Parts: sequence; C-alpha cells; structure tokens
Amino acid sequence: MMAVFRHELRLYFQSLTAYVFGAFLLAFVGIGAMLYNLQAAVSNFEYVLSFGSVVFVVIVPILTMRTLAEERRQKTDQLLYSLPLSAASVILGKYLALLTVYLVPLAIISFYPLIFRQYGEVYLPTAYGSLAAFFLMGGALIALGEFLSSLTDNQGFAAGIGIAVILVNYFSVSLAEYVSATALGSAAALFVLSALLGALLYHLTQNDLLGYGVGLGLMGLTTLSYSLDSSRFEGLLPAMMRKLSLFSRLETFVNGVFDLTAVVYFLSVICFFLFASVQSLEKRRYNG
Amino acid sequence: MIKVSHLTKYYGDHLAVDDLSFEISGGHVYGFLGPNGAGKSTTMNIITGCLAATSGTVLVDGHDIFEEPMEAKRCIGYLPEHPPLYLNETALEYLSFVGRAKGLKGAALSQQLDTVAAQTGIEGILDRRISSLSKGYRQRVGIAQALLADPKVIILDEPTVGLDPIQILEIRELIRQLGKTHTVIFSSHILSEVQALCDEIIMIAGGRLAAFDTPANLEQKLLGASQILLTTDAPQAALEKLLKNIPGITGITCAPQDGLLRGSLALNSAQVQPTLKGIYLAMKESPYILYALTAAKGSLEDVFIELTEGAEALPAEQEGGKSA
Repeated sequence: MMAVFRHELRLYFQSLTAYVFGAFLLAFVGIGAMLYNLQAAVSNFEYVLSFGSVVFVVIVPILTMRTLAEERRQKTDQLLYSLPLSAASVILGKYLALLTVYLVPLAIISFYPLIFRQYGEVYLPTAYGSLAAFFLMGGALIALGEFLSSLTDNQGFAAGIGIAVILVNYFSVSLAEYVSATALGSAAALFVLSALLGALLYHLTQNDLLGYGVGLGLMGLTTLSYSLDSSRFEGLLPAMMRKLSLFSRLETFVNGVFDLTAVVYFLSVICFFLFASVQSLEKRRYNG
Repeated sequence: MIKVSHLTKYYGDHLAVDDLSFEISGGHVYGFLGPNGAGKSTTMNIITGCLAATSGTVLVDGHDIFEEPMEAKRCIGYLPEHPPLYLNETALEYLSFVGRAKGLKGAALSQQLDTVAAQTGIEGILDRRISSLSKGYRQRVGIAQALLADPKVIILDEPTVGLDPIQILEIRELIRQLGKTHTVIFSSHILSEVQALCDEIIMIAGGRLAAFDTPANLEQKLLGASQILLTTDAPQAALEKLLKNIPGITGITCAPQDGLLRGSLALNSAQVQPTLKGIYLAMKESPYILYALTAAKGSLEDVFIELTEGAEALPAEQEGGKSA
C-alpha cells in the first residue's frame, strides 16, 4: 500500500493535477474569505467554507479522473494485478494519495480563522467544526470520484460523469422541492432506483444471482409495501434527496451544530465507494 | 515449480482455454508456442494472477494463485504482452515503484536496481523518461521490472515482438542468460526462436495442450510417423510387388509425374535406414531404375503445423480479448 501511495503522490505532484486542484480550492475559499470576512466584515469563517464547497463540483472529478482510468488505458493495471498487491491496498493507497493532495490546500486554509482572529472575534469551534466537515465531505466526494474512475478507461468520461453526479448532489436539496412528493411518484422513483442498484451490482460482480436478486427483490419489496400502505411513500422521494445530499450535511455544521450522524454518513459514503472500487478492480480480473 | 491443472477460461461464451494441464519442473527455459489466438496470453495471465480462471487450478511453487495470491505472485516476475510502463516516469522511478511494491526497500532495493539494470543493459538510460525510450529499451525496462526481487519464475509474453533484428538477438541472449539461474517461460509464435532458446516446448492450439516435449523429441515424434519418397520408372503394380516384402512400410501412395512414378511410403517406425536399404536392394534386382530415394525428415515446423492444424478450424480469438 505504501508503494502505491508514494508512487501516486509523486505522479500528482509531478503533473499539474495537484497544483490545479490546490490552486482552485485556495482561490475559491480565498474569494469567499474576501467577500464574507473582509468586505462584509462577517467573522464567521464557516460561511466561507459553505460558499467554497461548490468548487468541488469541478475540481474533484479533475483530480480523480485519471487515478484508475489511466491505469487501464496504459495497460499498467496488468502490472498492479501481477505485483504482490491486493486490490484493497491499491485502492487504499491511491485514495490516501488523493487525500494527501487534498490536505495540502486544506492545511493552508486552516490558518485563515487564526489569521482573522488577530483582527477580531472569530468563534473557532464552529469554524474548525465546519472545516472538519468540509474535509470529510471532500473525502467522500474523492472516494466517489475514484470509484467512477474505476468504471472506465476514459478519463474524460470519468470526469464528465463525476461532474454530473456531484452537481446533482449539490442541487438535490433545491431539486427536492420540485420532484413529485406523491406516494406514486416516490414509489416509481424507488422502483427505478432498485433496478439501477441491481444493474450496478451486476456490472460490478457479474453475478447473476446477486444482481437480479437485489434488483428484483427491492423492486418487489417496493411494489409490495406500496400496495400494502401507499401513505408511507408520501413525500419519500424529496426526503431521500435531502438525506442523500452531502452538501446539505455540511450546512448543518455551518449552522453551528457538530452533527455526529453527518460524520457517520460521510465515513459510510467513503467506505462504500472504496469498497465498490475494490470490487470494480477485482471484476476486471474476472472478465479480462 | 508451476502446475496447471484442468485450466478453463471462457470470455463470455468464447472458450479461450480448454481444460489445459501441464507441469513445469523448473530450472530451464520453456517456450510457449502456438498460433495467434491459441490462448497463450490468456494462460500466462492466469498463471500470473492477472486474470481469474473459469475453472481449474494453478500452483506456483506450491502456492495456489487463487487461494494464496501474495505468496504465489512473489515467485513470479511477469512481462505482459504490452509492457506495463508509466510513460511519464523515468526508468529509475518506475523500477523503484515496482521494487517497493515487491517489498524491497533501502539498500536491498538499490542493490536490486543495480543488478537488474546491469542484467538488462539499461544502466545508461535510468534517468530518462520512459516515453522517450525506443521500443527495445522499453522492452528491457519491462523485463527489468519482472526481474526485480529475484523471482524464481520469469514469465515473458512475446518479448521479441516488434523489435528490430539486433534487439531480438539481444533479448534472446538475455533469455538464455536468465535461463541459467531462473525458470523462464516465454511465449512466441516464431518457431526458430523457440527452437533456439528452449529446453522444452509447450505447444498449445485452440486452448488445448498440443505437445509438451523437448525440441529434439518433437522432431523425433514426427520422424516416427515419417515418409520415404521415391521416384522410379516402374509401373505401380510392379512397384507394389517389389516393396511387398520390405519390413516397416505400412502404405504406398503413387502418382505419375513427368512420365515416371512418384511414390510416397508411410512407415511404422523411426528406423528409416533398413527400409531404405531394402528398397534399394529390391530395386537393384529389378529391371527398373530408382531416380530418387529420400527420407522426408520432419522439422519442428511440420510438427507445429500438424499439431495445430486441427485447431485452426476453431474461431480465432479476438486480439482484444487475448491481451486483456
């Protein structure tokens, strides 16, 4: 794992990727700090992070797009398979390298509240609580990006899908207002989601039983519980969209609440996508 | 050293490797020979753990590649068909990464790097980016990567493809050197190469084992079912009568040629000389003349064609599937 970590880290810092990622993150947070803290003279640094989080939509996919897709394109994945490295150590090594690239600008940002404190009252607990949530959310998005990169050998495709997925996640709370809140609409959405989950599982494992089982099982379960008690589905879809949003969890911290459930949620998302990436890598070994 | 039992691999519905079994004792150079799409790369990818088999087992130095992949992979150095190189790195950076991934560090790593660089003759280009290297040097860097950490078995997939004649000779010499201290398995579809380098040949066709023997024995095998060709002015009936009592002849086929008769005799033994002598003496007693009398000596080429002919009818494997 350390070999992969060192290797990846050198690749990022030798190419422009790490610098572009860091520069964009610092620029956005810098603009936010100028607008809120300097011009509007607000002492809450957490607002800056909330403002700056939108930049993840673009920079995370740019950072993560090459991590596995490029290995596949250059056929260096065969080297990784033939070396005495487990798929988990490859994925984890790469993830830690990505996190390190992310931590460098974040370390610089972490000094901002202390600097502002020299010139006025800054409530540090919310500032650093939000910064911790900002870090975890970025980590979750990077895990998502790594997973998307493992699905294809085309970097551009990985980046494009990444931007789309993160953008939908960013707006999912606002979109939740407009989607159908009726029981039927929610049930239909769940039905489609079950099918998609089944298809994804099938794609990752090439296991008919698991893919169809989970997909059809969940679809059946949705239909059954809808026919039993349709009122349960009332407003379920918008509620789910609010719950699944990573960005809205950050807002909780920005509003001054250190929300442990959000921390657990971020960590679960990280684990889920790293696990899925390992499966995706293993799947290539099975299918050739 | 390597034991492959009942290995089968399907790509979707396509059968690439069909119940392949063989055992390699070690300490020699083995040639993996077969026409394109015979399943060479697929088999090598499975042996090295890059690909999972549909069924069957592979033991590398006693370790099952599917059950104990780490232990098994530590015994193997592998150069795939496309050398897996990070083009933006220098050769040294690349080899350091592979060395670390194989568990080397510190002084052991730098000592190994020096050793493999000297073995493959790449000392001079270690600081150059791989993207700027010629194909021959890239191949060497790929081989150097396989040699790192001194694995017992070195597997090279078509190491000489796409190189110029001098580079090919250099790589062959390297394989010969490696064969003195390691078990080397390399694949090729070039017969002369395999014949020149290998102690034993594993011939596969259509995903099945066609032959596994020394080059000399393979030739001998063909010779065992060999032929004698003769040209004479005797009519067919007279020829058959003359040859009737000569031992070893199992069949005669004749065809007229330029006013003469050209016969080919199938033999049941590898001993050609007594039969040749018998034919000569019988013809000497007769009123006919022998214009030509030769034993058709089999070459490895014939063995190759003969053994792989049956499999040619099978659908050829796609290039993409093969290299994946």
